[in-house]
Amino acid sequence: MSSHSSSANAHDVDHGSVRSYLIGFVLSVVLTALPFWAIMTGQFEKSTAIPLVVIMAVIQVVVHLKYFLHLDFTPAGKANTFAFLFTALIIVMVVGLSVWIIYSANAMMMY
Amino acid sequence: MNTMTEAAYLADESNWQPDDHEHHDTGANTVFGFWIYLMTDCLLFASVFATYAVLFMNTAGGVSGRDIFELDYVAIETAALLLSSITYGFAMIGAHKQNRAATLCWLLVTFALGAVFIGMEVNEFHHLIAEGNGPSRSAFLSSFFALVGMHGLHVTAGLIWMAVMMLEVVKRGLGNQTVTRLSCLSLFWHFLDIVWVCVFTVVYLMGVL
Repeated sequence: MSSHSSSANAHDVDHGSVRSYLIGFVLSVVLTALPFWAIMTGQFEKSTAIPLVVIMAVIQVVVHLKYFLHLDFTPAGKANTFAFLFTALIIVMVVGLSVWIIYSANAMMMY
Repeated sequence: MNTMTEAAYLADESNWQPDDHEHHDTGANTVFGFWIYLMTDCLLFASVFATYAVLFMNTAGGVSGRDIFELDYVAIETAALLLSSITYGFAMIGAHKQNRAATLCWLLVTFALGAVFIGMEVNEFHHLIAEGNGPSRSAFLSSFFALVGMHGLHVTAGLIWMAVMMLEVVKRGLGNQTVTRLSCLSLFWHFLDIVWVCVFTVVYLMGVL
């Protein structure tokens, strides 16, 4: 019952329209061009540039998820979104903690 | 023999069509299952990203990212991949409208853009190796080749899959099963674009700072 209604909706959700693809594409172009421009022209100090490009990348990933992969919180799309959010949590832990541990270890080896 | 198989296919398709509901169900489940696979693939990429983040400073006295990365070259690669994402989107819209010609055209454009991306990447790798900066030179280069190479292998697999799908659309049209397969490839292709966003940010942009 519930699986039936969810999959019927999932089919609608999957489509996407020309308009939503174009919005996603334009946003992606801006969010790609901006960090490339910032780094290639050497506009900013390293301490400004790194957070800038990271934030742009995170926004662009969200844009891709919304406009190209059609993730949302509708009853039909929820399962996909939560699967992704759980994965994102694991990724933050794997990458973040590895980097934290190894960089701390490196720092301690220096002295 | 050949015609037999094709007749079986056609019979198969006509069986599918009237039974819309039943088939939507399995189609959506297939796409969801493929999404779960992509999430595990995501974890694979995450661990290689972690490896790169840990190793990229260990250049063993050799080149660092600043010496070997050319951002204008990477910008063109990125443009090709980003464009291929929207053209695949148009192919999917064509597929949902049962427009075979449009689907094939856009798939062909997507394939060409993906091939440009892979060609440029192979060229970059070739230059690096020719200059003695191969994967065995330093831990930085090992992790660089592993990360970027793994993404490249995924894109190559996507291209092979896309070629097969184009043949399927030519031979069988846009039955429900074919559209489901195209939907899975769509997820795969857009997912690879997301991974590339992370690659150009972490490896190339942050590498030249």
